[in-house]
Amino acid sequence: MRRRSAFRNVITALAARAAGGLLVVFGVSVLIFVLARAMPGDPARLALGPAATAAQVEALRADMGLDQPLLRQYVTFVAGALRLDFGTSLFTNRPVSADLAYGLPASIELALSAGLVMTVFGVLLGVVSARFQNRWPDNVSRILSLVAVAMPNFVWALILMLLFAYWVELLPVSGRLSEGLPAPPFITGLVTVDATLAGQWATLGDALRHLALPAVSLSLPGLAQVARLTRTNMVDVYARPYTEFARAYGFTERAISMKWALRPALIPTFTLLGMQIVSLLGNAFLVETVFAWPGMARYGVEAILRKDLNAIVAVVLVVSVAFVTINIAIDLCVAFIDPRIRLHSAR
Amino acid sequence: MIGSPESRRALRRYAQDPMAVLGAGIVLVLVLTAILADRVAPFPEHAGAFVDFANANRPPDATYLLGTDGIGRDVLSRIIFGYRTSLVLGLTVLGIAVPLGTAAGLLGGYAGGLLEAVMMRITDVFLALPSLVLAMAIVGLFRPSQTLAMAAVAAVWWPWYARLVHGMVRSIRLEGYVVSAQLIGASALRIMAGEILPNCAPTILTKFSLDMGLVILLGASLSFLGLGAPAPVPDLGTMVADGANYLPDQWWLSVTAGGAIFLAVLGFNLVGDGLRDVFDTTG
Repeated sequence: MRRRSAFRNVITALAARAAGGLLVVFGVSVLIFVLARAMPGDPARLALGPAATAAQVEALRADMGLDQPLLRQYVTFVAGALRLDFGTSLFTNRPVSADLAYGLPASIELALSAGLVMTVFGVLLGVVSARFQNRWPDNVSRILSLVAVAMPNFVWALILMLLFAYWVELLPVSGRLSEGLPAPPFITGLVTVDATLAGQWATLGDALRHLALPAVSLSLPGLAQVARLTRTNMVDVYARPYTEFARAYGFTERAISMKWALRPALIPTFTLLGMQIVSLLGNAFLVETVFAWPGMARYGVEAILRKDLNAIVAVVLVVSVAFVTINIAIDLCVAFIDPRIRLHSAR
Repeated sequence: MIGSPESRRALRRYAQDPMAVLGAGIVLVLVLTAILADRVAPFPEHAGAFVDFANANRPPDATYLLGTDGIGRDVLSRIIFGYRTSLVLGLTVLGIAVPLGTAAGLLGGYAGGLLEAVMMRITDVFLALPSLVLAMAIVGLFRPSQTLAMAAVAAVWWPWYARLVHGMVRSIRLEGYVVSAQLIGASALRIMAGEILPNCAPTILTKFSLDMGLVILLGASLSFLGLGAPAPVPDLGTMVADGANYLPDQWWLSVTAGGAIFLAVLGFNLVGDGLRDVFDTTG
């Protein structure tokens, strides 16, 4: 009985969060639409160049629907976006959705790897720090965290590139796969996963070598924050009576840190992870640019530099959808780890 | 407030934290350097559109302490003037975003009802995108310039203060001293400015310091992508981007400019951490 109502609560809460998320995405769509229409200069003129005649520009304007009233334009835009039709890129002359479909898996692969590195090593560093509180492993990790947080992402990227790609020629400078190496058969679009599924171990190794530097430089600032927070929380838990009680019972230090101290300490970390993954989405725009990673974020940067209107709007919308989805997922995870948090009271 | 026993005690507590003192030292030196850039920089004329091909791409030596760039300008001088650009950006952005966000948070939190709901939904929209992406889109849709970059960063930054202050107002507004002020008939404006705001000040100040670092970082990220101040203006992010074209041979170009950004962010972070400990806030 209790179980069933708890399940119902989760569903209701989830529905409410999804509705809230939709509202946010709707807001973002209005915001970016207004910004895009407020842009100085005529997108049609920009696309055709100064050599085009007035009639040609007028024809393209009509074609793009720019001669319609603003509200009508917005409705057309939303109707298209819902069908994943964001119009044609003014630069590549292909549908924006095709360009995104090409770049998105690369971005997802990078973001997932960075998120993984950030979580695993961040928590690990925090645990070690807390267990050896105020001794040298703790001090080293705290200094590393300070440095990692304050160094901009793109500087990390360049420094790591300099060290491990140029000076010690250990890893490739840029790209996703070595030239001449055929991509594995398309299944998920994530090269590492597809190579594994196809059993192409050489390709997998090459993909991992290309992934290493971008993923690590993308993860570092978040990793440091995760380590700092995990340490603070664990130190806090270590001071609680139940930890002392466990120690009095003769449990080993490792068991105490893993069983009693880590779990409650992880809850705030999880909330932080949500925020860090979001800033990771933003920083991907820098890291992908540095490593010429063929992802959506680099496409977004190029779209912005080229004033490719439809592409800019689409990238911003996709990022906001990703943001909303990630946040809902994080809330769900927290609710499962911590029974004290009732979903509908979150936020 | 200043000179009172509490503030002296707070100052003493701050001074006992070596990292916080280090941070304050870094910030002080950077601010002074930026203000006195014309006198401190070894080659002030190199800040602008200066060309000296005979001395281009020199590694760090006794004359050019951090080397020279591709057209012979002294990197150290440009970093010093770059700090001026960064600090002006940080102060302008927060000078707009903090009062704006604080006012929105105070109003929404105190008034409640529809105003609060609308304010919160608007901030939701702004916070649903990484600040870099929204700022990039704003700058990119118009013509990149220093002013526009500052406006864009301010536009993405105020919601954080609105949320922060809103949360604090919600928890303070039923406290005894607020209710008693209401009972003796004080106006809403007076209560917000005289009773609530002073209680939010320590948290806002802490966040201000941490945010100086973050805003400088965001500004540098924008200019790294080519969306900051245009060419001859000395800008740390632009310097890192330009230097990246000369990797790995002229590595000092990117590394020194990147290190300069790091130093500024580190300084403000340490000060923010120190203030947080003194005020014992979680902001």
